[in-house]
Amino acid sequence: MTTVQPTQPSFWNDTGKTGLAAWIFSTDHKRIGLLYFYSTFGFFLVGVLLGLLLRIELMAPGRTIMGPQTYNALFTVHGVVMIFLFIIPGFQGSFGNLVMPIQIGARDVAFPRLNLFSWWLYIIGAVIIITSLFTGGGPPDTGWTFYVPFSSRTGTNVSLAVFGVFVVGFSSILTGLNFITTIHRLRAEGMTWGRLPLFVWSLYATAWVQVLATPILAITLVLVMAERLLGTGLFDPGRGGDPVMYQHLFWIYSHPAVYIMILPAMGVISDVIPVFSRKPIFGYKMIAFSSIAIAAFGSLVWGHHMFTSGMSDTAILVFSFLTFIVAIPSAIKVFNWVSTLYKGSISLDAPMLFALSFILLFSIGGLSGLILGAAATDVHVHDTHFVVGHFHYVIFGGAGFAFFAAMHYWLPKFYGRRYAEKPAIVAWALMFVGFNVMYFTMQVLGMKGMPRRYYDYLPEFATLNLVATIGSWILVAGLIVMLVNLFRGLFRGEPFVGNPWGGATLEWTTATPPPTENFEEEPVVTHGPYDFRGTGIP
Amino acid sequence: MTSDTGAHHIVGYAKLAQVWLALLALTALTVLITRLELGGYKVLGALTIACLKSGLVIAFFMHMKYEGRLLRWLLFVALVTLAIFIGLTFFDVLYR
Repeated sequence: MTTVQPTQPSFWNDTGKTGLAAWIFSTDHKRIGLLYFYSTFGFFLVGVLLGLLLRIELMAPGRTIMGPQTYNALFTVHGVVMIFLFIIPGFQGSFGNLVMPIQIGARDVAFPRLNLFSWWLYIIGAVIIITSLFTGGGPPDTGWTFYVPFSSRTGTNVSLAVFGVFVVGFSSILTGLNFITTIHRLRAEGMTWGRLPLFVWSLYATAWVQVLATPILAITLVLVMAERLLGTGLFDPGRGGDPVMYQHLFWIYSHPAVYIMILPAMGVISDVIPVFSRKPIFGYKMIAFSSIAIAAFGSLVWGHHMFTSGMSDTAILVFSFLTFIVAIPSAIKVFNWVSTLYKGSISLDAPMLFALSFILLFSIGGLSGLILGAAATDVHVHDTHFVVGHFHYVIFGGAGFAFFAAMHYWLPKFYGRRYAEKPAIVAWALMFVGFNVMYFTMQVLGMKGMPRRYYDYLPEFATLNLVATIGSWILVAGLIVMLVNLFRGLFRGEPFVGNPWGGATLEWTTATPPPTENFEEEPVVTHGPYDFRGTGIP
Repeated sequence: MTSDTGAHHIVGYAKLAQVWLALLALTALTVLITRLELGGYKVLGALTIACLKSGLVIAFFMHMKYEGRLLRWLLFVALVTLAIFIGLTFFDVLYR
């Protein structure tokens, strides 16, 4: 991180502080954003490696490269790493920190020290989770959901792993708190709520979910630890407990957590699409409102994970109905993005390609979600590869591709150098093809009845599993091309100065890379975030 | 803790004693309803009484009754969220 060499003064060098301590003890939101970016993205790569190993195991029936216990541990760690260490903290921590204060015209977040503390909590939690893999009874084998009664009885190191997740949860709460306060209190003059970039709106909605829902996960994980260490019997029916209650508590947080993952991604897309269509966003108010609506209604639908868990029929009816309501604000966003594209002057640069594929992949994921949200159809595909395919369409095809869009769109701004366009497009094409070959096949496999979380399967699933595994190789090949091209570009590529994308939000009005205090003088905002008339690009 | 207006309100002993007696009465009521055959509604009853009791503690012992509007709103939002979460689980618990 210290090898960047922009010549003009910027947050990389204008404080005169260099070395590791100038990064890990810095309270500058941009440095903390990059710390978050490299730590979360590092864990993403670990998760990719684990996922690749899982797909290799499933390439052929029977034992391929690992036994059942290793397989159980690998899919658990893949889930825990990807969800708790990458995609939940990823957007808020990296791009939220890097971009949001500049987008609202602030010098930093409201509580810079708390911001640094959040990163440290995240790192401490991550270290605890990693420690759990190599100590005690070995890596947890429960799946990332830690369902009782198995999680309260397995001999693997579940207690330490859930404690790690507990600590990471506090990092998430503090970041949410920090962002809510920042967005309320530190907006520049003229930056009214109606002029906030939609990325900021999405971070704001997400922050409320983080603050209100994460404590419930924290207490649930404490209860799992109490169950294991003290034998409280809260979830043990033999002692008057209720195992379904665990699932309620877990999903009360973990369903809204899906919106912590996808809402900022939708914000990125809402910022990227107008810039590369040279058109103001269609339906600004409705997109902003739908972020809040998704956060609110998305918090009320957790029961749809439990249709086959023995929950009451009344609850199934209520949760199924509420689930369908969430489709409305999600569809509002999709229709508004498509309407923004209509008659726009579209340029297909890498960020735009990732954003456009987000719309398609998220829509496929969202629509397959309705199959799962309807109780009658869910019964047939519950706990099959259909669910795995659905989830990856939403979170990888959606949030993941939006993360890649954000990396191509914003990282050059902070490095002052850019990636090469052609290899980026090749990488995108490989990833897009590999992604669909892999996950669409998984959805078909699920429809045919292949259960999830089994290391072995019946011979009739062999061909499609081989296809899905080959898809994973194409996907990873694209990922490698993207990484090499992007990071070589950021450190040694063409200079990236001024406002090459032609963005109208505030981050494009300040120097590239930005100075430590973001602006030479406090900005006064006179127009909306998607008013491109002043950007000098036709 | 100071409120938005800067005034520091002191609650008299008489009022504190009244709240204490109310809390004791509600505790007695909690014990009483465990003896009745109410099925799933027993939990609802116990939770309602617990809400009333914590409401009294928050309002008087924690001075929320005398605090500014912002703090009261924030607490209200958190409590309503919690109430919705608990309330929705009753569609399962009551009808299982």
